Amino acid sequence: MNFDFSEDQKFLGNEARKFLEAECSSAVVREVLDDDTKSHHSGLWAKIVEMGWLGTAVPEQYGGLGLGTLELCVLAEEIGRALAPVPFSSSAYFFTEALKLAGSSDLKSDLLPQLVTGDVIGCYAASEGPGPVAANTLKTEFNGSNVSGTKIPVTDGDIASHAVVLAKEGSSSSLVVVDLNGPGVSRVPVKTLEPTRGHGKIVFDAAPATRLGNAGSGAILHDDIMNRAAVLLAFEQLGGASRCLEMANAYAKERYAFGKPIGGNQAIKHKLADMYVKNEVARSNCYYGAWALSTDVAELPEAAAAARLAASDAYWYASKENIQTHGGMGFTWEVDCHLFYRRAKLLAVQAGAPPVWREKLVRALEQKNAA
Amino acid sequence: MDFNDTTDEADFRAEARAFLEQHLEPKGDKPLRQRISGQEFMARAKDWQSLKAKSGYAQITWPKEIGGRGGTPMQQVIWNQEEAQFDAPTGPFTIGLGMCVPTVIAFGSEVHKQRYVSPALTGEEIWCQLFSEPAAGSDVAGVKTRAVKDGDEWVINGQKVWTTGAHFSDYGILLTRTDPKAVKHKGLTMFIVDMKDPAVQVRPIHQASGGREFNEVYFTDLRVPDSDRLGEVGQGWKVAIVTLMNERLAVGGSPGPDWAEIMEYAKQQGTMGDAAFRAKLADWYVAAQGYKLTKFRTQTALSKGQTPGPESSIGKIITANHLQDICNSAIEMQDHYGIMSDTETMPADALFQQSFMWAPGLRIAGGTDEILKNIIAERVLGLPGDIRVDKDVPFDELKQG
Repeated sequence: MNFDFSEDQKFLGNEARKFLEAECSSAVVREVLDDDTKSHHSGLWAKIVEMGWLGTAVPEQYGGLGLGTLELCVLAEEIGRALAPVPFSSSAYFFTEALKLAGSSDLKSDLLPQLVTGDVIGCYAASEGPGPVAANTLKTEFNGSNVSGTKIPVTDGDIASHAVVLAKEGSSSSLVVVDLNGPGVSRVPVKTLEPTRGHGKIVFDAAPATRLGNAGSGAILHDDIMNRAAVLLAFEQLGGASRCLEMANAYAKERYAFGKPIGGNQAIKHKLADMYVKNEVARSNCYYGAWALSTDVAELPEAAAAARLAASDAYWYASKENIQTHGGMGFTWEVDCHLFYRRAKLLAVQAGAPPVWREKLVRALEQKNAA
Repeated sequence: MDFNDTTDEADFRAEARAFLEQHLEPKGDKPLRQRISGQEFMARAKDWQSLKAKSGYAQITWPKEIGGRGGTPMQQVIWNQEEAQFDAPTGPFTIGLGMCVPTVIAFGSEVHKQRYVSPALTGEEIWCQLFSEPAAGSDVAGVKTRAVKDGDEWVINGQKVWTTGAHFSDYGILLTRTDPKAVKHKGLTMFIVDMKDPAVQVRPIHQASGGREFNEVYFTDLRVPDSDRLGEVGQGWKVAIVTLMNERLAVGGSPGPDWAEIMEYAKQQGTMGDAAFRAKLADWYVAAQGYKLTKFRTQTALSKGQTPGPESSIGKIITANHLQDICNSAIEMQDHYGIMSDTETMPADALFQQSFMWAPGLRIAGGTDEILKNIIAERVLGLPGDIRVDKDVPFDELKQG
């Protein structure tokens, strides 16, 4: 039994934490928050690119570090903790993983090295409107060479250079790659609850596109990419939830009311104990998801779903009760609590909200049970 | 990251499994409800414990000098995992060997160790823990059972409650108040008592669940020699802490039907299509995995020879509430029919109904949900303890309900 990250992986996580504590303070996050013209922090992004993090799970032949998804999970937790306002997840979890999974060798040779160097920033465009993404009711359409339709919202769609787009093709669906700086693409930023992460509306009008994988494999690939991204996003959620507990805990000890620290009241103690339990349930499920992702086992669908559900629940609870523990202070713009509350919600709905994953999980359990 | 045993662990697991296969029946599909009454069961349990002791599988981490195996905590985990696959009658010894005898080893004299350890290990003698009282549950330092010195003896009067196994125990460790003028935690003293003494009266408690697994124990002028005192006079709380540190380990474990059982049941009932049920099922799976996988993290630490992290403290809070919730839903799924509880005729042998009535007790036994949350808040998160109004007040001047 070795259900833990290795010493090397933990070292990587520690180094990443030190780096982000120095380079991604709350002041840095707020540069993006308080400036409507900014949707990411280009200075931090350049440093992250320089560290080589985007190539963590990219094979060396494509210019990556050739580590693996376990190392990417470790970094994801730190990025989530620091609320890093950069398009890391869109580029590294969604776009890069989609390319690794289904890209032709030409496409991989072309794009993977550029993703590592930051010359290409990827994003993933699936949502077209309210409600869960469904591969059989898509309006965006691919005709074999061009794609047309509207995707909204697309996380980092305002600044990405390339998108993987889920589109209808004939009576089925496919995934296609589109150069967002090429012809037939227009995009505008959209306002969201989470201003430290950029979002766009992208309109494709006969934009040239290259298919990922086979025609008609869109639904299956989309599902697989969501499973992979879910594990990585869950680590970001775990990092954020852990930070919320630390904040609430520190505040409960220093804030006095009625002549004693508020953390001496059982109503606060039990709330924080509940946070702790949820965070540990999330951590254990995340580790299992990391194992399933790194070994690409048949258990990935249920492991990814459980990691995502546990982490979404933990972050939701920790982020809202962190505000509550801070009282009126917690509801001010200047105190960081709301940054986590905002990020928690984005991470919970991006790549499918909890109700979608509950259903996916039960379906996976039924299939396993029937087998 | 992997779930494999090391070579040494795999060797020990194979050895343990071979031994178990040789002597016991596999548990099979249905969880067996151990009945810790009945002479037949007790005889079987004692035989099994004796065989384990002879073969080096009882108390694997205890040193060889006192009859253990001198093994690692990881070997104990592996043994527990393997033994749980079989119909092993282990119940009667859990509290004695897990909590009482370690206390005797820590605080008893050489005479005590020579006299008591071996018969407990071989299952000849069974121990119980006499701490809780009607007015001292979560606040167990509030015990009132009185011990008064009389020459070389102590005379003990009072009542204990919720004593597991008192009716079949040979000895117990008893927390008493020896100085009511001292503050609450300072006036306590621990003793070894003979449960067969005529001054000890055991009465079963009729539980809310209908069963009678626990007892009240009454002491009427029980005389205990001073030599059977554990620790110094007035140091009983320090001794009790050592006992209680072991409690969560002894009480843990997965107690009843879980997501797989209710899913199976929903399939039989044709209710798998219900969206609300499906959503709950997903959450139950996540919680059950969270509990199971957290134990894997604990096991990983043990396997590396490290002390497990504080995450191991979340178990009972999760499992007790989880069980109650699943049983409640299973009954509601049956609608009016779900109120029936006959084990002969009800689906799943009325397991959901039985566990529904057991679950409230599980949320209280071995530390209530609330006390466990206090423990996490204070010991893991470092939050301040409650302000104690009883801190500097002599025990006999304290307000009592």
